This record gives sequence, structure tokens and C-alpha cells, in this order.
Amino acid sequence: MKFAVVVFPGSNGDHDAYYAPTHVLGEQAEFIWHKETSLKGADVVLLPGGFSHGDYLRTGAIARFSPIMPAVKAFADAGGPVLGICNGFQILLECGLLPGAMLRNRDVKFHCEFVGVRVDRTDTPFTAAAREGQVLRLPIAHGEGNYYAPPDVLDELERNGRVVFRYANAAGETTDQANPNGSLHNIAGICSAGRNVVGMMPHPERACELAVGSADGLVVLQSVVQALAKRGALHASA
Amino acid sequence: MGFDAETLARHGLTADEYARIVQLIGREPNLTELGLFSVMWSEHCSYKSSRVHLRTLPTTGARVVQGPGENAGAVDIGDGLAAVFKIESHNHPSFIEPYQGAATGVGGIIRDIFTMGARPIALLDSLRFGSLEDARTRRIVHGVVSGIGGYGNSIGIPTVGGEVMFDEAYASNPLVNVFCLGIARHDEIVKGQASGVGNPVYYVGAKTGRDGIHGATMASAEFDETSMEKRPAVQVGDPFMEKLLLEACLEVMATDACVGVQDMGAAGLTCATSETGSRGGVGIEIDVANVPQRETGMTPYEIMLSESQERMLLIVKQGREAEVERIFEKWDLHAVRIGEVTSDGLLRVKDHGAVVAEVPNRALTDEGPVYRRPFARPASLDETQTLPAEAAQPVARPHDALLRLLGAPTVASKRWIFQQYDYTVRTNTVAPAGASAAAVRVKDTPRALLMSVDGNGRFCQLDPRQGAKLAVAESARNVACAGGLPIGATNCLNFGNPERPEIMWQFAEAVAGIGEACRALDAPITGGNVSLYNETDGRAILPTPVIGVVGVIEDAANIVMRAFPGAGLDIVMFGESFAELGGSEYLKTLHGLIRGLPPALDLGRERALQRLLVDLASRRLIRSAQDCAEGGLAVALAECCCEANGLGADISVASVAPVAGVDRLAATLFGESASRVLVSVAPDRTAAVLDAARAAGVPAARIGRTGGRAIRLSVDGEVVIDLAVSEAEARWSASLANWLDGRAA
Repeated sequence: MKFAVVVFPGSNGDHDAYYAPTHVLGEQAEFIWHKETSLKGADVVLLPGGFSHGDYLRTGAIARFSPIMPAVKAFADAGGPVLGICNGFQILLECGLLPGAMLRNRDVKFHCEFVGVRVDRTDTPFTAAAREGQVLRLPIAHGEGNYYAPPDVLDELERNGRVVFRYANAAGETTDQANPNGSLHNIAGICSAGRNVVGMMPHPERACELAVGSADGLVVLQSVVQALAKRGALHASA
Repeated sequence: MGFDAETLARHGLTADEYARIVQLIGREPNLTELGLFSVMWSEHCSYKSSRVHLRTLPTTGARVVQGPGENAGAVDIGDGLAAVFKIESHNHPSFIEPYQGAATGVGGIIRDIFTMGARPIALLDSLRFGSLEDARTRRIVHGVVSGIGGYGNSIGIPTVGGEVMFDEAYASNPLVNVFCLGIARHDEIVKGQASGVGNPVYYVGAKTGRDGIHGATMASAEFDETSMEKRPAVQVGDPFMEKLLLEACLEVMATDACVGVQDMGAAGLTCATSETGSRGGVGIEIDVANVPQRETGMTPYEIMLSESQERMLLIVKQGREAEVERIFEKWDLHAVRIGEVTSDGLLRVKDHGAVVAEVPNRALTDEGPVYRRPFARPASLDETQTLPAEAAQPVARPHDALLRLLGAPTVASKRWIFQQYDYTVRTNTVAPAGASAAAVRVKDTPRALLMSVDGNGRFCQLDPRQGAKLAVAESARNVACAGGLPIGATNCLNFGNPERPEIMWQFAEAVAGIGEACRALDAPITGGNVSLYNETDGRAILPTPVIGVVGVIEDAANIVMRAFPGAGLDIVMFGESFAELGGSEYLKTLHGLIRGLPPALDLGRERALQRLLVDLASRRLIRSAQDCAEGGLAVALAECCCEANGLGADISVASVAPVAGVDRLAATLFGESASRVLVSVAPDRTAAVLDAARAAGVPAARIGRTGGRAIRLSVDGEVVIDLAVSEAEARWSASLANWLDGRAA
């Protein structure tokens, strides 16, 4: 299985997004420079964290114009699994693969800490191996992770079960205290209508080994490996 | 003389220095040449006042790969890898413009590391601010912290540790010292050296503007009420540009297409060209017309002296130009050829082909003035070294004193600060903020590196030699507490105006102390930075040498945390307590005084303690380790509990031996005797730990046990502190946020 890690100028989570699938899971991965136009046969696309193009204009706003983005969109439209992490999530919002926008954290400070992230849906390729209601301990590291969407969009997301992750305390309660940035409905991650595109502010790829504080993020990457293996098995038997 | 006194003064040059320039170049310099000498002979670049003292520091050792003189030092960490590290100050700019001053300080030290061909993987900061009661200080703290975060978080290098102290002496002269560490293979280390006559000289990165002209000169003068007018000399940082430069330069350096690389920091293009030239014993010829410029009408003088950020100079091998240019183009950077290496040893600056400056590189870099400035012990020390009557006052309520200390900004939790820094990026950070030293693993090896920065201006104010020794000892002890063997050090020496004999005395004494301690603890100094003239309106900061220590632990899984990990563990204390309250946080917080003599330090005993800690960690015999620093035993114990989810502890100790003029109970609880560490141990291992301590010659005693929900401390059999951990934790963890988010009364 091959992961494509798209590298924008200013990406800084690219090495982490490469390291977790290769060194921890033993899968393959390849860096794809943003000026390229092909994903080179990748099975999964990861848009890593960072500050693409210096976060100039708005976070993720310029990356959507990168030459690689049409390939990413086509891949997503064809049902391919795409995960945007942190700045990658912001890019997915800017390029329209996911709805909504990011505001500055409500206390207008950058936040780096390990937080509780509840898995609300297990019917996406990135959560299939998780338990519904499971609370993952994942790091966040962002200044603009305060998810916002107009009421009708928010309704639609909730109605169709598109909120995948929410900030929660250890007991799984989505309290205001457990919300590090002011996101509406404690939203930490959402998926596309087709469920194959997922964006999340917390960093699962930074939490894949106990040595660095948590291995809870591994389930996100394991999910996609299993989902694709299952899909491959279906194809093989068909 | 070709220039009037006012022009020379504006360039920070004395008449004697001018005469030396004339003698060195055999004629009167023109204005551009005067500018070159002005910045290169500034205190900041030339170390003219400090050099004779710095020469006495230990800089060699079995593990030293690169000592002082390059962009950063390097030590061997096994497997053919080297840790490349340095600490640098950005004090003056951070007072004038806190956000940009701090941000560009981070940017500058990162460039020093990747210039060596190393991938930067960790940042630490040592900060000093005035009292948080002062609104201006609170603004400076906000600016500095968000500036450090704004740069480090963006570029994706984790800020994994640091330390902060608050004292009125820093109100108009905060200290921002930034430490960066990177990793390189030994054979990949690139030097800031030019060679190969005819090799092209490339400029890459941001365009040159008029910002920061004479920044190095500004950093070499005292401040007064007109200092805010110097704001244009503070540069503006662009972490995005630096991120591109970092990635592109590392990619270029991996090809072996360049012979030398140097960043343009203080003194900009002048420093980069003359230093690479003189290190390589060659000349450099450039034409400033080829230098990319952000503004029109810039003169050669301005271009040579600009300190615009995020610029690099590369000496490329002839014939490899296209390869290098291609890599920079990939990153949307333009590498511009501005000149070439020559054989004549001169820095020749042309403007559209016409020579506008021509001086020997060595005259700029190596033949500047060296001063043996007069020094004298300040007469006032006799009084300040005497303990005040307050030290003899009995502590009426130890419980309240402990709470006050836990809420003191210097002691309180620094979560408010470090939570604004990305410490998780690059997935190397082991136990974020959980050990006495910052820890990053070295991927593809079982090892981890441990890093600490430390310094105590109060101790140094009272006795600079002793204070400096204590700073080295504590920084190394922090590393050893986490299980790391100290292998190298870097220093940032923050002092006042060296032209005043008592400041020069502080400096000389501190350097002597650092040398003595680094020798004893096997931590050679591989580089660093000197920041003088830290004065505003003639009032100097506390003398503040900050010591960064790097250590290595062979198995990252053996790193020892600070907090008690569970109930039912024995608490063992290493070291001895004496009636020492001089320079303590206790006297400062409860009585507002910096008086007395700093604690004694036996370097042989300190070394034995550190080796013992490393040994116990490798044998997994201890469960936690915390040294006793500001606030002494009581604060150390409380901190072990505050970070342990409400877990309590009960210890019992004997009073310190009596000394006239010192309250025994205060000294027992809050004295800051050196070389003491609290460890927790599984009861079935306690005998083994005590045996190991005895064999190592380290005093050790079992003094209590973890458990319950209270911090209980008995002295001579009587309970003197019985405090709910929740109450201590509330005070300790909320203090900085209360001050800085405006919830303070």
C-alpha cells in the first residue's frame, strides 16, 4: 500500500506524515512535490500540517492553486481516501473538498497540547478500525483551528453523520472545557458526503508511538490500511 | 584624520581604533570601508572585550567534533552522527520590538545550525523579564512568547524546553536567549569557509533592504530614552522564506556541490563574505549591483551593512552552478551569483564594476582590537554579600510561604508559555515537559538527546564566579536527572557595559567559573555568544550567564521523569542541605531581597552525583528525579506532586546545622543548597539505590514515601507543612495565566 504525502512549500508535518506509515506501519510512502501533477499511483493521499505558502492570505488559501491539486481532487472524486491534517484540513476547506472555514482560536493564542478526541463515526476509511465513542489522546498544534460553518451547513453535517471527530474529555463528554479552540459543536474533524475525504485538526501521525506520548493516532492510519486491504480483497474476489 | 569625531562615534569607533584601521590598510578608509570595520569591529561581532577571557574556556574533548569559531559547535553522539548546537541572544531587539526581536532571534540561531549542514530538530529558550506587576513587562512577555512561537511553530522545529526568570533588573532589558540543536552525519558537516580560487559566490534568500543597518552596532551600545527610535534597526522575520532556505540549503549541501556556506546574520553580507574568506585564507570579490535589492537607490554601504533576515551565502564548486541553481529554483528561490573567490585575501566590493571597498578579510575578522579592559570588584558587594536580618526571621507559617513561592512567576508552572509552542512536530519529543531536561529521540538509533538551559542572575550578582559554576552544575544536573550523560555545552553571556570595571569584573569572574565547572563536569564549551551593554539608562541587568548543556542517553526508554509516578514509592534524597539562604527565591519572594552569598558547590561531589543519576537511570532503579533549585526542598517536593495528578507525599527530614543569622526552618525548607536531588524508588530497590550512592560517595537517605493527597513535610519529627496537593497545584499552575491573561487583581 502506498501513501502519497503532498509537500507544499511551508509544509512542516510532511516528514511526520511519511514516517508514521513507513517506519511504524511498514507501508510505503512517497513525497509528492506540489508542482507535480500526478499522485504516481498512490492508494492514499495525506495532506500534511504546516503553513503552506506561509499561510499568506489565509491558511491553506494559496495551496489550493498548486499544480498537484487537480490530481488530488480527481482522486477524491473517484472515491480515493484523502486525509488532511491540520493545515491539510485547512487546504481541504479552501479547495472545497470539505465545507466550512477555520477561525483563529477563541483565545487568539497558538495551542499545543494533547487533547481528547472522540471518534463519532467509524464509517470512514480513516476510522473504520476505531470503536465508536472511543476517545483518542492526540496532540493539537494550531493557531487557527476554530471550526466554523453556517447553521445550514452545520445541520447538514450533523444530519448526515459527517462529523467524524469531536473534542471530548476522558469520559467522552463534549464539554466546553474539552474544546481547546472554540470549534462549533466541538468539531475536530469532518468528512465529505462520500465519506472518503476526511479533514482533522488533531495530529494522529504525531501520536503513533508511546515513546512520543501516545499511540492512539495509529488507529487512523491502520483504518485506511485495513479499509483498502478489504477493498482490494473484494476486487480480487469479484 | 579623514573623518570627524562625530562620524566615528556614529560608527562606534574610537580614535585609536580608527588609527589601527589606517595602519592595517595603509591608507585612510573611505566611508564604505569605515562601515565594514564599524560592524566587524563592533563588540557583537569582534568579541573585543571578551576574547581574552573566552580563550580560557575548555573547548576540547573526546566527543568534540567542532569547537568554537564556526557557525555552531558539534559533539559526537554515536553512529557517525553529531549534535550541532549553539545558543544566541537577541536581547536588544526584543526590548525594542518584542515580537520581531524574538522571532528573528529564533530565525538567526536556526540558520546557524542548518548552515553547518545539520537538520535542526529542537529549540529551547532562556528568557528573563521584569516583574509581571509592570504592564510594560506583561506586554513584552506576550510579544516575545508569540514571536518565538510564530517563528518556531511555522518553520516546524519544536520548542521543547527552556526556562524563565523574572526580576525587576530586566524590566528595561529583557533577555531572549535561543538554543537550537540539529543533527548531521560527521561527514556531512559543512563549514563557513571559502576555498578554490575562481569558485563562484552565490547569494540566496530574501532581498536586501535597509532594515537592520548597524544592528550589530546597536547591540553593542547601552540603551537610553531614545532607544525606541532605533526600531528601524530591528529586522522583520519571515519564517516562510527561512523554511524554503532551510530545505533548499540542506538539499544543496547533500550534493557536495558547495565548499562553504554562511548565513547573513549580524553585519550581514560584510560578515558572511569576510568570515568565509578569512577562514579559508582567500579573498572574496563581489559586485553589490548583483545583490537582489528590495528598495531602490541603495548604496554599497547600505547593501553591505544591511541585516535583512533569511539570506545565505554559498561558495559553489565551479562547474556545479546549474545543479545548485536548479535546486533553489525548485523551492522558488533565486540563487544569484554575486562574485567569486580570489587568491589575494582581500574583500573587494564593486558597484557596477567599480571598486568601492578593498580591505583584507583578516583585518576585518582577526586583526581587530582586543581589549584587556580593567576590572574591579564592586565595593557594594561587601554589603550585598551580607545576609540581611530577614534571613534570621522565623518562618511564621511555612504553609503560606510555600504557597507564595509556588505562585511566584519564577517558580510557577510555565504551561502558559510552552503551550503556545509546538513541541510535538517532528515526532521526536519524548515526554514533553515531563523530565528535568528536554528530550528528543534520535530516530533510527535507540538514543535520545537531553538538553537544558539554565542560569541564575541572582547568584551571579552576589558572586559571579560561584553563580556561573552553579549555573553549569544545575544545567548539567537537569540533564543527568533525566538520565543523560552531559557531553557538551554552549554559553550565552549576558552582561552590562564592559567599559565599566565592575561589569568587566563580573564577566571575567563568571567566565572563570564556567571554565572551572565545565572542566570538572566534562562538558566542553563548543560555542556560544556574548551579549554586552545590557543596560538601560546606566542600570545593568543582573549578570546572567546562561548555560546550555547537551547530554545523551543510550536508551530513550530509560529517560527519567520529574513527577512521582505512583503511590507507595520510597522518596530518597541525594545530597546535603545547609543553612544557605543567600540569593534564594525565598528571600526574593518573601522579602524582596537579593542578598547573601550563593550556596557552596563541591564540583567533585556534583560530578559524582551526576554520574550516579546516569547509572541509576540506565539500570532502571529510579522512577523519578527532580533537583532542588529555586524554592529548595519544599518546592521540589511540591513540584513532584503538582505534576502527578494530585498524588501526595510525606517526607521527614532533620534541620540543617545551625548558622548564626539564618533561620534553620526556613533554610531547611527553602534553602537552595546545591547538588541535591529527590528521587522516587520502588521499595524493593531502595537498598540497591542507597548502596549505589554510598559507592559513588553521594550522601543519600530515604526520607519518605509517596501517597495520599497531601504534601506533608516534617522537620525534626514535627509536621510543618500539610497542604492539599490540589491547593498547591492550583496556585502553581494558574499563576502565569492570572498575570498574563489579565485575570490578576
